[in-house]
Amino acid sequence: MAGTIAIKNGYVYDPLNEVDGEVMDIFIKNGKVVTELSAAEMKDAKEIDAKGKTVMPGGVDSHSHVAGAKVNTGRMMRPEDHYKYYQKKTPIAHSGCGYTVPSVYLGGYEYSKMGYTTVFEAAVPPMEARHTHEEMRSIPMLDMAGYLVLGNNWFLMRYLKEGDIDKAAAYVSWMMKTHKTYGIKCVNPAGVENWGWGENVSALDEANIHFEVTPEDIIKGLAEINEQLGIPMPMHLHANNLGHPGCWEITRDSLKIPKSIKAKPNTDVEWAETKMKAQRHQSVYLTHCQFNAFGGTSWRDFESGVKGITDYVNSNDHVVMDSGCVPFGDATVMTGDGPAIHDLYQLTGNKWSNTDVECECGSGVLPFTYLKSNPIHSVQWAMGLETLLYVKDAWKSIMTTDSPNGGPFTKYPQIIAWLMSNKARQDTFEECHKWASDRSGLASETREMSLSEIAIVTRANAARTTGLAHSKGTLAVGADGDVAVYDIDAKKIDVNDYESIIRGFQNASYTIKGGEVITQDGEILAIPEKNTFYSDIAIKADSEKEMLKDVKSWFKYYTIGFNNYPTPDKYLANPTPIKVNAER
Amino acid sequence: MAEVILKPIGNFDLTVEAEAITPDNFAGKTAVEIGEILIWQAPAQAKLSEFFSVEGNGGSSAEDTTITIDGDVPRVKRIGQEMTAGKIIIKGSTGMHVGNTMAGGEIIVEGNAESWPGMEMKGGLLHIKGDTLDHVGCAYRGSWHGMTGGRIVIDGNAKNQVGGGISGGEIIIGGNVDNFCGIRMNGGLIVVKGNAVRTTAAEMTGGVMVVGGRIEKFSPGFEMEAVECDLKFDDIECAGEFMKFTGDYAIPQKGKGTLYVSYENNECL
Repeated sequence: MAGTIAIKNGYVYDPLNEVDGEVMDIFIKNGKVVTELSAAEMKDAKEIDAKGKTVMPGGVDSHSHVAGAKVNTGRMMRPEDHYKYYQKKTPIAHSGCGYTVPSVYLGGYEYSKMGYTTVFEAAVPPMEARHTHEEMRSIPMLDMAGYLVLGNNWFLMRYLKEGDIDKAAAYVSWMMKTHKTYGIKCVNPAGVENWGWGENVSALDEANIHFEVTPEDIIKGLAEINEQLGIPMPMHLHANNLGHPGCWEITRDSLKIPKSIKAKPNTDVEWAETKMKAQRHQSVYLTHCQFNAFGGTSWRDFESGVKGITDYVNSNDHVVMDSGCVPFGDATVMTGDGPAIHDLYQLTGNKWSNTDVECECGSGVLPFTYLKSNPIHSVQWAMGLETLLYVKDAWKSIMTTDSPNGGPFTKYPQIIAWLMSNKARQDTFEECHKWASDRSGLASETREMSLSEIAIVTRANAARTTGLAHSKGTLAVGADGDVAVYDIDAKKIDVNDYESIIRGFQNASYTIKGGEVITQDGEILAIPEKNTFYSDIAIKADSEKEMLKDVKSWFKYYTIGFNNYPTPDKYLANPTPIKVNAER
Repeated sequence: MAEVILKPIGNFDLTVEAEAITPDNFAGKTAVEIGEILIWQAPAQAKLSEFFSVEGNGGSSAEDTTITIDGDVPRVKRIGQEMTAGKIIIKGSTGMHVGNTMAGGEIIVEGNAESWPGMEMKGGLLHIKGDTLDHVGCAYRGSWHGMTGGRIVIDGNAKNQVGGGISGGEIIIGGNVDNFCGIRMNGGLIVVKGNAVRTTAAEMTGGVMVVGGRIEKFSPGFEMEAVECDLKFDDIECAGEFMKFTGDYAIPQKGKGTLYVSYENNECL
């Protein structure tokens, strides 16, 4: 029977279901987790012996740049990223190449080999939605969804200026459906619009050119709209002033803005039977915290400003964040924050690409190498780990590299090793610039994460935060049969031998998707069906009609016709709407 | 020292990827075993012996092995790629990528070489007695990290992008070069005895470049510092009077490279 499997005797880590390393059997029937299989079903089922191994739900990455115009620009700019890093085709798998910006196929395979089964594309510019979906459709092995970039959208800025939250909400719900995207991404609010005039904003109360809205207006407005509509995930925020010394303060102050807004995710889905409440309660998701946590006032007195943010996160419950770790080595920085990348270009002189996506947003791309010998990069390495280790409750943090900004996602096993092993960190301090220990507090941090905490920051919390924990990030009955089995003996693990942790997480013994074994020890065994999620938000018909009048009249500023704007279903692999009820 | 003689006998209508021809790879192998080594020609693999007659066994180590290619092989690419020791003598002309990323040993090409000789080379000596084309000792496309060590000597002319992104080692061109010689160089030494066309040492941030002939169109981002006579860089001597420039100031990094230009041949500067 397809999608039916028994995974026996593994140490199971399923934090959403409060399972912490107990030896258990996991049964999957027709692609979903079940309590047990009957004797007759067992006869046909595949059986995996996971004795001495670690079993977790399939990995969930809530912030990664893997598809779309920006990623493709990175590919085009970087032949040198490709020719030394490639994979031959196999009877079932395509060939592929690219280290920091892999081709679509390779990206899917590499995530899958690490036991990841769900990935969110972090930035979909509305006008590039078709392109992004075309690439997501071709990324194998993964269920996917994308965040729509709305932080500097002309229509929204106008509505927010006019204080017309209802029309703004109608616009967001229409845009999600139109572009088949999942949630709101807000990048350098108000600043990217100014970048169209060669400027930026530097304070939360600084109004931008022409629209005269402030970052604060936009953050508050989008967070309100997000909860008014009941979108599954909180507003996904890339705060202002990113990458500049001293930016941690504006980041912390940005987090204060949506404090009073109550999370109201309102999805109409079937929930897996988790012991913990699987719904999010946060109203803001701060992404790649490390890049937004620079301290000091210049590059000379640069230091970690992470503690200022994590102290706030520890004492407030409306914030969740991902880390944006820097594991050293090659990276390609890419973001919708055009001015931030321009500043990096001026700093490094590296080749640089900038794009203006008409009235909606922009982006910048630049190749980057993080060096252990470089003082700033070494502090950034320490900061990325601080963002995870300083947050006391692992349910407030998620592990990412903002791939490929801090480094490619293929470095996740290395980051897990640093989180689990103080020795791994101390050994890296020996190799990198002394600023890492002088300008951050990481050297004296002795916390070592448990496997359960790793399961939280790499899957359970990413799934819960994005509102997908009804089916992902858990092995509770009713969840999707996405499982990762790692060759790590939870009872004999020695964190001082961190190389074995890296090896264990690098190539999962088995990656199982919908009850089917798709990779084994780094080898691709099957190419499963994949789903693409988007938010299908119900809204009153007349508010939509009123709003669309405005949109159509402003469409004269676009280079494409209104009818060519939406992304049709055929651009998606198995389009899977998540029903969101704005009015119940 | 053991010598392996390869004589071209095959059909080279389609180019052959011969990165397997290195002393490192031939050491410890007999002539027959060397003939069994597989190389790619377009989409198909074939034995080395289908393209070359093999005479002589490899030495006990790479240092001990000399490979002589007895003929013209302009359609054979990547000879000596990644070699670390030993010697290769090509008695005629050779194809692209000769001595790619080589780290040691010596390659002598008695004829011409096509583009990319000594791409991203790390050490050793690559001596081409004839002419060559583009990308001598250069970074691969898209990369800005070119040659880091060793020496490339071209007795004849080269074309574009000589030493692109070089950060160490030396390139000595006996003849002329075209455009973008030493683009983005950040270390090392490039000596061009003949003329250059334009964008010479453009975007340089370090290293030294010497042009003994005339630069047709001089790059705008350089400032003259002094006039110096008879330059000497270890064993490399450049006789005559030179104007010393620093630059390239046309990029955000405000580079600190040095460009010497023959006084006699560039009086208009």
